[in-house]
Amino acid sequence: MSEAGSAALWLWLGIVASGLYHGINPGMGWPLAVAAGLMEKSPRALIRALVPLAAGHLLAMLAVLLPFALLIALIEWQRQIQAGASLLVIAFGLARLLRPRHPRALARIPPTQLGLWSFAVAIAHGAGLMILPFYLGLCQPSGLHGGHEAAAGVVNQNLAMALLVALVHTAAMIAAGGCLAWLAYRYLGVRFVARSWFNLETVWAVSLILVGAVALAINLAD
Amino acid sequence: MTMRPDPTFHASPKLAMEAPPENFAYTLLLSPDFSKPDALAVIDVKPGSKTYSQIVHTVTMPNKGDEFHHFGWNACSSALSPLTGHAFVERRYLIIPGLRSSRIYIVDTKPDPTKAKLHKIIEPEEVFEKTGYSRPHTIHCGPDGIYVSTLGGAGKDGTNGPPGVFIMDCETFDVLGRWEIDRGPQTLHYDFWWNLPRDYMVSSEWALPPQFENGIVPEDLLSNKYGHRLHFWDLRARRNVQTIDLGANHQMALEVRPAHDPVKEYGFVGVVVDTTNLEGSIWTWWREGSQFHIEKTATIPAEPAPKEKLPPLLQGFGAVPPLVTDIDLSMNDRFLYVSCWGTGEMRQYDVSDPRKPKLAGSVHIGGIARRTPHPKGEAFAGGPQMVEISRDGKRVYWTNSLYSSWDDQFYPEGMPGAKVMANVGPNGGLELARDYFVSFPDGYRAHQIRLEGGDCSTDSFCYPSVWN
Repeated sequence: MSEAGSAALWLWLGIVASGLYHGINPGMGWPLAVAAGLMEKSPRALIRALVPLAAGHLLAMLAVLLPFALLIALIEWQRQIQAGASLLVIAFGLARLLRPRHPRALARIPPTQLGLWSFAVAIAHGAGLMILPFYLGLCQPSGLHGGHEAAAGVVNQNLAMALLVALVHTAAMIAAGGCLAWLAYRYLGVRFVARSWFNLETVWAVSLILVGAVALAINLAD
Repeated sequence: MTMRPDPTFHASPKLAMEAPPENFAYTLLLSPDFSKPDALAVIDVKPGSKTYSQIVHTVTMPNKGDEFHHFGWNACSSALSPLTGHAFVERRYLIIPGLRSSRIYIVDTKPDPTKAKLHKIIEPEEVFEKTGYSRPHTIHCGPDGIYVSTLGGAGKDGTNGPPGVFIMDCETFDVLGRWEIDRGPQTLHYDFWWNLPRDYMVSSEWALPPQFENGIVPEDLLSNKYGHRLHFWDLRARRNVQTIDLGANHQMALEVRPAHDPVKEYGFVGVVVDTTNLEGSIWTWWREGSQFHIEKTATIPAEPAPKEKLPPLLQGFGAVPPLVTDIDLSMNDRFLYVSCWGTGEMRQYDVSDPRKPKLAGSVHIGGIARRTPHPKGEAFAGGPQMVEISRDGKRVYWTNSLYSSWDDQFYPEGMPGAKVMANVGPNGGLELARDYFVSFPDGYRAHQIRLEGGDCSTDSFCYPSVWN
């Protein structure tokens, strides 16, 4: 496998892994699917709850990735943008570490609006930022120094890549969360909700800082 | 913040019932003539313990005249709400409001209940300034903070604007501000509680401060000027969505007890007195679609009594009203306990069919005319009042005082603080425990009880009690 190919593989693995990580975090919503299933005594209700949870998460990913898909087309600024993105991720991680509390507005979202809740919670935790460096790594349009027509092509490519990255990440996220929700609903019982709930707040903030720092280091080493 | 959810947080009512039983009961002590500071008593309720049924620790406050009434935990099982996503607070601090002073005390119960100590004091000015409310009353631990109901609005006598609910941070105890965005026709307040996943709140009405602080106002009662409505709210939208009038003769709708299992969309409320016949009543409310309904489902008649056994307030009636001043629902939503503070009776209703309560048990103790002593022999002044049920439903605790100035009107011969406990039969039935009688220091009365690790009027749940 070429060096570029192997780098891409690692980046995709990172996107899937972060999806699994987000999925098992109770803060991203799998206990809501358990509650929905139990309240209606129906596995279908559990699955119905996963749909808006996935949609909200997907939108939160796109909300972060799409602006960068446009920005990164400014090829001469590419390194600076990547470095800036890494710094942003690090800064957000630090902010989460220093002030782990949440905007109170989150508590005002009614339980009937799971999609909005999932979107807001992912944004508040910087879930999209965590996959941003992976995405920017995949975007590197190496050797493209063409004119305006080439730039338009790059934008389209980057937009398509953003969508693909968000979809793959969200699929992994909802698969992991959905599995846990199903296990709790079908076999383990609600006792599992409290038993399995670890405080990931610090780990999450550190993950953001780590992802940002690694991306920054690679960027500077290049 | 902790790394794991507090082990006393339970996802469902069923899990709460299966948790280890309480070892300590917290009880508020109030000095009815304000000559001494109010206090929090920690009582040993562990069977077999050498100090069983005794006060093992007291936290005395630095001020006088607070008049303690109700209190509650900073956090409870509601912290497991999947919408909040962060269960890492501790059930650790008791929030104790002074109903008369509007001062709020925060007591830390860790590392051990017998070492409980004062953690923070929120001065009345902070409450007035940030909320425009006064006379904080009921405390409920919500997933996003501590909810506090108040009985007074702004101004010296609390009549400048309606009373309502305000929110406090459950870790810093900062007063965050008013809860309501649209209160609709609500102008009086008493109790409130909710169904978290169904996203509604229910609140009740007692009276404005001039109608209770110096005693019950008989003219106001007889002209039906006390509260008689129930308000239903959209919890997250903080909006009153429906108000139901129980009828003006149903004076003082007090404790609101929703079913603990969030699948069940019903609950109960107790009405102190019907001014047409002095009876007390239990009402069942329920939701169908987006509409709330309510009906009177049980009544308790007044008991005739000779004039010489009655306080001046009741002599004209020749009867003792039951005065339903507190109700409490067991964790499995099966038994509703009803305090008849006037007639001196604790009733247990089987509410398996919530709209058809069936009397399942009863004990008499105290009472205006009956004056039934405790089976151990002690006199019991007053009647059953604040009632609390153990999580497993096997023990029911209660105290005898209602509110300083009202105690003096209904029980003018005085009311030494007392707390008793009754054991519950497996299929209902109540029997007073002969070995449980807590007497309190001279000059103190006892009001609300909270149990270590949560109780039936504290914890609310986001997951139903299905198989676990």
